[in-house]
Amino acid sequence: MSVLDSKVPEGPIKDKWTNHKNNIDVVNPANKRLIDVIVVGTGLAGGSAAASLAEMGYNVKAFCYQDSPRRAHSIAAQGGINAAKNYQNDGDSTYRLFYDTVKGGDYRSREANVYRLAEVSANIIDQCVAQGVPFARDYGGLLDNRSFGGVLVSRTFYAKGQTGQQLLLGAYSAMNRQINKGKIRMHNRHEMMDLVKVDGKARGIIARNLVTGEIERHSAHAVVIATGGYGNVFFLSTNAMGSNVSAAWKIHKKGAFFANPCYTQIHPTCIPRSGDDQAKLTLMSESLRNDGRIWVPGIKEDAIAIREGKKKAIDLPEEDRDYYLERRYPAFGNLVPRDVASRAAKERCDAGFGVNNTGEAVYLDFAAAIQRYGKTEASINGLNTEDEALVIKLGTAVIESKYGNLFQMYEKITDENPYVLPMKIYPAVHYTMGGVWVDYNLMTTVEGCYAAGEANFSEHGANRLGASALMQGLADGYFVLPYTIGNYLAKEIRTGEIPTELPEFAEAEAAVKKQIDFFINNNGTKTVDHFHRRLGKVMWDKVGMSRNAKGLNEAIAEIKQIREEFYKDVRVLGTADSLNPELEKAGRVADFLELGELFAKDALDRNESCGGHFREESVEVGGEQDGEALRDDVNYRYVAAWEYKGEPSDAVLHKEALEFNDIELKQRSYK
Amino acid sequence: MNLTLKIWRQKDSKAKGAVETYPISDISPDSSFLEMLDVLNESLVLKGIVPVAFDHDCREGICGMCSLYINGEAHGPDRKVTTCQLHMRMFKDGDTITIEPFRSAGFPVVKDLVVDRSAFDKIQQAGGYVSVNTSGNTQDANAIPIPKRDADMAFDAATCIGCGACVATCKNGSAMLFVSAKVSQFSLLPQGKVEADRRALNMVGKMDELGFGNCTNTGACEVECPKGISLDNIARMNSDFLKASIISEEK
Repeated sequence: MSVLDSKVPEGPIKDKWTNHKNNIDVVNPANKRLIDVIVVGTGLAGGSAAASLAEMGYNVKAFCYQDSPRRAHSIAAQGGINAAKNYQNDGDSTYRLFYDTVKGGDYRSREANVYRLAEVSANIIDQCVAQGVPFARDYGGLLDNRSFGGVLVSRTFYAKGQTGQQLLLGAYSAMNRQINKGKIRMHNRHEMMDLVKVDGKARGIIARNLVTGEIERHSAHAVVIATGGYGNVFFLSTNAMGSNVSAAWKIHKKGAFFANPCYTQIHPTCIPRSGDDQAKLTLMSESLRNDGRIWVPGIKEDAIAIREGKKKAIDLPEEDRDYYLERRYPAFGNLVPRDVASRAAKERCDAGFGVNNTGEAVYLDFAAAIQRYGKTEASINGLNTEDEALVIKLGTAVIESKYGNLFQMYEKITDENPYVLPMKIYPAVHYTMGGVWVDYNLMTTVEGCYAAGEANFSEHGANRLGASALMQGLADGYFVLPYTIGNYLAKEIRTGEIPTELPEFAEAEAAVKKQIDFFINNNGTKTVDHFHRRLGKVMWDKVGMSRNAKGLNEAIAEIKQIREEFYKDVRVLGTADSLNPELEKAGRVADFLELGELFAKDALDRNESCGGHFREESVEVGGEQDGEALRDDVNYRYVAAWEYKGEPSDAVLHKEALEFNDIELKQRSYK
Repeated sequence: MNLTLKIWRQKDSKAKGAVETYPISDISPDSSFLEMLDVLNESLVLKGIVPVAFDHDCREGICGMCSLYINGEAHGPDRKVTTCQLHMRMFKDGDTITIEPFRSAGFPVVKDLVVDRSAFDKIQQAGGYVSVNTSGNTQDANAIPIPKRDADMAFDAATCIGCGACVATCKNGSAMLFVSAKVSQFSLLPQGKVEADRRALNMVGKMDELGFGNCTNTGACEVECPKGISLDNIARMNSDFLKASIISEEK
């Protein structure tokens, strides 16, 4: 039997969570006061977990590297959050959300976890409304919904293009209530440097105060990691500049298995890169695909003329445009899942039809939507629906009310008016479905150490559907972890406070100080960013949207080489005992340089195409699905969980076989 | 583009700071302002000069982490953007650009261009929430219809990103726009209305206690706010506060 025990409860799928909750040990309120829990990260998962645990009575110590918990990168999520409320009466249900998520994830997620996620989704919306989250409403005063990629119902709740911000501020306000009561001790501008284990259990962390540089010991009866994803291993991504893998990687090195590191989401609608000094990529919400039509020129000469600035998008008549998603996937059209849309864009650009100076961009065009909305508005208001200028004016106003802030952001970055000219978009690294392996209780393979939100390997399988990340983060933090952690903490009521004088703390602290001293004194010749950029290029070129064995083997060797050079030649100025952003980056890039190699190794092992992981060796040939991804359920229907053994190349693979009892495995067709 | 940068350097909160001058060349007008600073910092490291510390994170104008007082304006010369969304095309080749931290009694300098805005968290902790448990066992989300107009106004107030540009811009160092945005968001919604009096009193009290100045209605904050938070929120909060101070049992 595998060393991995998923601890999925017995019984029919729809009863598993309810039965499990009924059987979880409950800690009495007086005892909760004797128990400390550390939560690292204050995004949707960490913030909601910290607030809920504190509210239940535990003493919470929360940490974030930003200057306020409100700034965690969940804040940048734009489009929305899914919930099976069926307010639109379009046949939505818990089962349908469950089904869509498992199918969208290309049958590489754990069925029971996904069902639980769908089950609690409706509570999230109730909870957030009660907290004063200002979701969009219709004229009847009820909550509005929109559609997202990969589904045929309208179940996405939103707050203009700032849903993540509003949900995070909701969690932040719940945290503030507990901070005010003294139940959460908040540590801003602190970075977790290592996990401390005592007798095999997670008992605390070593943290660095980023302002003073002080290395601190913090103890607890359980440690929760909710530190997000590792997309920045690609250097350029839609993640925040500070987003990193370090907390997850440190616990991996202390025994937590790392699952499916190769599952990365390349998001189809981002602003294309413009130059070499670019430091990050900006997402344009997938919600835009509700109203935007994606196309490239149908004739290569037109694409070349556009790239050379001799023609404009609006010069091309309808018949010379190739709406390739609508052409290839008539059933889902522009609303195919993200992995499908991204690969289709890359295919057209690789074939020479890209539309900006780099040749890496496709159009996202709102002209048709402006016409459609404009005519409706004119009709409602009894105005002339044939008046072209009026229709455009009215339609533009509707688009502005729906996506105004996104259009403004686009214009500020590109200096082009997207109400007049179609947007240019290209795929970019956005989200990582892989992460720390957890069981049904969200516990990692280190006893007492939990992982929540994007940091765990999650319910999204090999591909995440739009508006599901916010759902999972809040489900984990508000409604799953606060219950499941009780089972473990119930055994800790007699433990008493964990002293930070234990030798395990001293040892971990010494190792952290040693690494910091190394960086400060290394006195090399190249900047941290130099190495990060090189790593990112290898990742994007050889471990990006489509992969093959040759490229992956090369990537593994090249990453190892960059890592060696990094330790020999990196230069970090400043001191260890002050605010030092270069030092912070050095520690994070050191971890990316190890993760990157494991990432490529995992991608090499998985010789199938599934979800965001596309292997060129595994493609459908002939028939209706010609050229589409070919999944291999016989050989690869497992979670790949890697055990740390020193070098990334020595990592040992453990497989958790995935069973599907409630869903039939099918080809994921969006045709 | 070739530029001359005059940047405030300060070793830590206790040190005395000074302006240093750095020339920089070959900057693309399509670069963002912070990418320009990234280029500067990489060149400083190679010269053995400690790079300039500045706050930033999402670089999408939403996390509120970036700040900077650029040529005498919070978030620089463009309107309705944060510094991370400011692009170099707003400047001319040969320009001299002065970059300072957000300055205010409420925001002490930590290092170089980095300031401590934790006072904003403390104000939020004093009452910037609805007192509801996170059990999920609340009533159905659609049980209380909310007029679209109220919901939209609450949303507009809620878009505040807590960057502190309003405070840095205000000649009195007042945090009224920031505080009133949160007070308004909740008082406009039925869920937040219940505690509106107490919230206004507690948050305003905390703001005063932390040394932020008074509002004298110059409106400078609204002009510099990257999210376009309206002065109407201040009026709404003043009315809530007054009502709470006079007739409420909470006073």
